[in-house]
Amino acid sequence: MTLKFVERIKADVTTDIVYMMCPMHLLKLEEKMKELDRGQILEILTDYDGALEDIPGWCEKTGNEFLGIEETEDFYKFYIKKVR
Amino acid sequence: MRKCYFDYVATNPLHPQVFEAMLPYFKEEFGNPLSLYEAGMKARNAIENARAQTAALVNSKPSEIIFTCSGAEANNFALRGIALAKQNEGKHVIVSRMEHHSILNSARFLEKSGFAVTYLPADKHGVVEPEAVKKAMTKDTVLISVIHASSEVGTIEPIKEITKIAREHKVIVHTDAVASAGNIPIDVKAGGVDLLSMAAHQFYGPKGAGALYVREGLRIVPLIYGGIQESGRRAGTENVPAIVGMGKAAELAKLEMKERGEHVKKLRDRLISGVLSVENVYLTGHPSDRLPGHASFTVEYIEGESMLLLLASKGMYVASGSACSSKALKASPVLLSMGVPASLAQGSIVFTLGKENTGEDIDYLLAEFPPIIKRLREISPFAKGWDEKEQGNKCYTTSSEQQTE
Repeated sequence: MTLKFVERIKADVTTDIVYMMCPMHLLKLEEKMKELDRGQILEILTDYDGALEDIPGWCEKTGNEFLGIEETEDFYKFYIKKVR
Repeated sequence: MRKCYFDYVATNPLHPQVFEAMLPYFKEEFGNPLSLYEAGMKARNAIENARAQTAALVNSKPSEIIFTCSGAEANNFALRGIALAKQNEGKHVIVSRMEHHSILNSARFLEKSGFAVTYLPADKHGVVEPEAVKKAMTKDTVLISVIHASSEVGTIEPIKEITKIAREHKVIVHTDAVASAGNIPIDVKAGGVDLLSMAAHQFYGPKGAGALYVREGLRIVPLIYGGIQESGRRAGTENVPAIVGMGKAAELAKLEMKERGEHVKKLRDRLISGVLSVENVYLTGHPSDRLPGHASFTVEYIEGESMLLLLASKGMYVASGSACSSKALKASPVLLSMGVPASLAQGSIVFTLGKENTGEDIDYLLAEFPPIIKRLREISPFAKGWDEKEQGNKCYTTSSEQQTE
């Protein structure tokens, strides 16, 4: 899977799990997506490298749209749009 | 023989209601809180209830409470977790010399890991001056940790003032409230601290349960990795009975704090004035800004351990300083940092009171303790001819000064 890099995406909800390890990225992703309405965007801040594979994979599996990532010096920002 | 427990700072007895609350979680409610079926849900709900009770004790949000296995773990977690999380912003940490070993040794660990650490001295009453904190700060300072109240000398530190200075410099503040939480009012929102450690057994809860308050939005590197317990911030299957006990103890402490505080303060004041009537005995710590049940002294010419053992032979259980210093037979670093001479620091004795103590306990102590001091001084090689004691720079309060303050 090729990762898409994005910039300045405006998210509706942000969850900060920097320094949290697997599987917190997936648990928080599921938990927060339930709180979102269709069309809204979730931003996840994490420094866990495994998320680079897991989050796009989760989106593909669940039919939600993975918008891309933005890299900062210390962590990644993941953007996911709720489709279903 | 009468038995009097005067060592509440070492640990408290379990409150009967706390014991009752814990019991089901040792027996029928044994589920793992992560299990998805009913037993797990019940254990999970019990933990979340305890989290809300513990949060209420310090006026935080439940989500800001992370359960640990002890106050020492909470202190290690705070110091190392924040220093590591902030290391890209700066590698300077400030701690006071009044701290418990769980802070001091964590600071030493950080030094070995490339951090610079400033150890702040205290004044003769054990007060860490906010101005000293201000002076110690550099552009690389990321964390300040100052104890909320000293278990050794009882002094309550000016945390609000220290926090105000730290805020101006955007520096994180942690306070070790193990000796004070549940005993005096704490409001993390009003006090402004970012992190605060507590331990259940200091307020009639069980041993093996502690908590770290972490202000919402603050990143912290976990101390223990593994499962998803405590939202991934502290792994390990939860000690459900202990956590339930901590919650119940917190609820009771909040309810009964005023009454408990008034009771022990009255007894403490009698104890202090009675003990200070013995010649060459000095109060350590602050004369008024101190924990309500805390009375600590240095007794000239004799050793704390000798007093402790003779008091124990009379059924009175006390401490001669911090548990670590007592076991190591070392002069207390806290007393030394306050400028108490090493020879005098050896004569440290600490009485800490709780809700079970009575006026008769104090009568018994005041009848038995002075003869013990007299007897030990009679056999002390130092009692005679040890006249070189410094008169200037005194780091303790005499009975006459105590009465005037």
